[in-house]
Amino acid sequence: MSVWDQVVGQGDALEPLIAAARSEDAMTHAWLITGPPGSGRSIAARAFGAALQCREAGCGTCHACRTAVAGGHPDVRLVSTEKVTFSVEEVRQLVSHAQSAPSEGRWRVIVVEDADRMTERTSNVLLKAIEEPPPRTVWVLCAPSLHDVATTIRSRCRTLTLRIPDPEVVAWLLIERDGVEPGLARECALAAQSHIGVAQRLASDPAARERREKVLALATGMRGVGDAVLGAGDLTALADEDAKAATEARNAAELVELYVSLGVEAGERLPPALRAQVRQLEEDQKRRATRAKRDVLDRALLDLLSLYRDVAVLQMGAPVGLVNERHREGIADLAARLSLEGTLDRMDAIGVARERLAGNVSPLLAIEAMALALRPVIP
Amino acid sequence: MTASESRRVGSWVEAAPAPLVLVIGPEELLSVRAVEAIVSAVRGAQGSVAVTAFSAAASSRGDLRAATSPSLFAEPGVVVVEEGEAMNDEFLKDAVDYALSPDPDVVVILRHSGAVRGKRALEAWRAAGASEFLCPAVKRDSELVEFVEGEFTRARREVRPQAVRALVDAVGGDVSELAGACRQLLDDVAGPVTEEAVSTYYGSRVNATGFAVADAAIVGRTEEALTLVRHALDTGTDPVPLVAALASKLRTLATVGAARGRGLDPKAMGLAPWQVDRARRDLRHWEADSLARAIESVAYADAQIKGAGRDPQFAVEKAVRTVASLASH
Repeated sequence: MSVWDQVVGQGDALEPLIAAARSEDAMTHAWLITGPPGSGRSIAARAFGAALQCREAGCGTCHACRTAVAGGHPDVRLVSTEKVTFSVEEVRQLVSHAQSAPSEGRWRVIVVEDADRMTERTSNVLLKAIEEPPPRTVWVLCAPSLHDVATTIRSRCRTLTLRIPDPEVVAWLLIERDGVEPGLARECALAAQSHIGVAQRLASDPAARERREKVLALATGMRGVGDAVLGAGDLTALADEDAKAATEARNAAELVELYVSLGVEAGERLPPALRAQVRQLEEDQKRRATRAKRDVLDRALLDLLSLYRDVAVLQMGAPVGLVNERHREGIADLAARLSLEGTLDRMDAIGVARERLAGNVSPLLAIEAMALALRPVIP
Repeated sequence: MTASESRRVGSWVEAAPAPLVLVIGPEELLSVRAVEAIVSAVRGAQGSVAVTAFSAAASSRGDLRAATSPSLFAEPGVVVVEEGEAMNDEFLKDAVDYALSPDPDVVVILRHSGAVRGKRALEAWRAAGASEFLCPAVKRDSELVEFVEGEFTRARREVRPQAVRALVDAVGGDVSELAGACRQLLDDVAGPVTEEAVSTYYGSRVNATGFAVADAAIVGRTEEALTLVRHALDTGTDPVPLVAALASKLRTLATVGAARGRGLDPKAMGLAPWQVDRARRDLRHWEADSLARAIESVAYADAQIKGAGRDPQFAVEKAVRTVASLASH
């Protein structure tokens, strides 16, 4: 079993990485792995990191391989952010970390799992470090597309593009690795549009499947302005709840941990000099919650987009399968009621809402405007 | 406890020198005035005065004693200690010690917002017979009116109730601004201050809030809404809350409309009864489609304000105009 087995459905797209791990002649100091969300960018980057540490270029069984893939290898640093963007300070720390020589392996590998989450100012801090790293340091950046990173970063990296794996391959992965029942695996792979992580969550978490159903019902069941506004309120509340569930328990645990490390007993009054640290933690947690909420909403919008994609497929009679086979009835109904132009308008409206969310427009307002654009035209 | 029985407690207006003075309350302007009154009273009595001021938040042990010790030139001193609500432990100890043996020739003023911190020092001062002058918050409408009336009465000038009302409406809730406005009227208007006099100076000014703008826009009063939005922007209201107020109003309309169509109780949707009544009345101006277009225009404006466009003020104005023109008359 090789570390590369984890990356599915990529064919020979990975060849340059495999070759670089085998021979230093094929090595480059900075890589940029791009590919749509869920194509396994960060998995590929981790596998590459492991292969660089392994004596057999990625056997998948030795200590180096296993720790690197799990994120515990001292020379493979995996970096990602849970906030909306990286802060300049985080990146500065990374740059100084890159200057040290590897401690036990052949290379010091720094994997930035979401290089697209950097403002221009932040990525400028990286430029010099990426252009001329010390001899044994390798940067691996991951981003959805080339255009998501600054041009100056892009031109300093060797790029590698992953593709969307075939849903069948994703379903196979779910069946083989996670033991999911085949029918469900196929449905989840389709519903997730081959996003491996999402497919996994849908397959393992019935609540996630239920939430997705609710989102789709918003489009198929909507009749008028009232439905749209109420539905938008529900959807945003759902996202709030989801984000809260994902962050609340952890926030509380972190606060307890901070109190312990500051040497303050729980329930004891916090000395004023230490309050700044607690406030800092709370601010970080708030940023994380913003990101979590946006991610949940964006996922919901992608689900809606897949529904309208299906509507367009039926309207055009395209010889491809539906993503939401289970909703064929509602989709056929929409296809009959809308013109193809109308379907495309609605897809645009979803795109606009995604842009607005990314641009910090009040989530409820952005979703309301979108839901209103989705409502059927009454003849 | 004879000292504590004879000690003076009063409003900021009565502020007078004493060896220990507490100026307590959150209203910055009033507390500054109380301090000024005390300083000028000392100056009036003695001809000259040396004022020492320091912050209780950044004080070190002995600062208070050093500031109150007699000066070489024997000028009577006033020591003003700021930020008593944020006092550090060292000042707290100093203050408690000082209360045991205050210097009768020095006036020490401690300003404190009335928060919990430093309670022990305040208790010690009160027990030692400190005078206490209160500067309560001036926030509510009635308090603002009372403040303006007080300003004129203190200057021994006649003012009509309508004039006070008009002034508070025009200038709004900022006490310093209100005080400035009163000062100007007192200086520039001869005779009693009437509503006409207020409108001469402040007539063109309107204290416009986001909700006032939204209220006018939603019932289709375009001119009024546009005037208000200009006033709001010119008096420093940020475009973001303006758009948020519009969005929230439209949302309430849509929710109440939807509830009516479905026979649901809108009060169960987190709306207050007055909001529901108001929305029911306002709904006369709206149809489903125009409401949808209005919400879209507000969402567009929000995106423009938050970086998608170059001119946030124009974006708000355009949204207000669009909403007002969509509301039928």
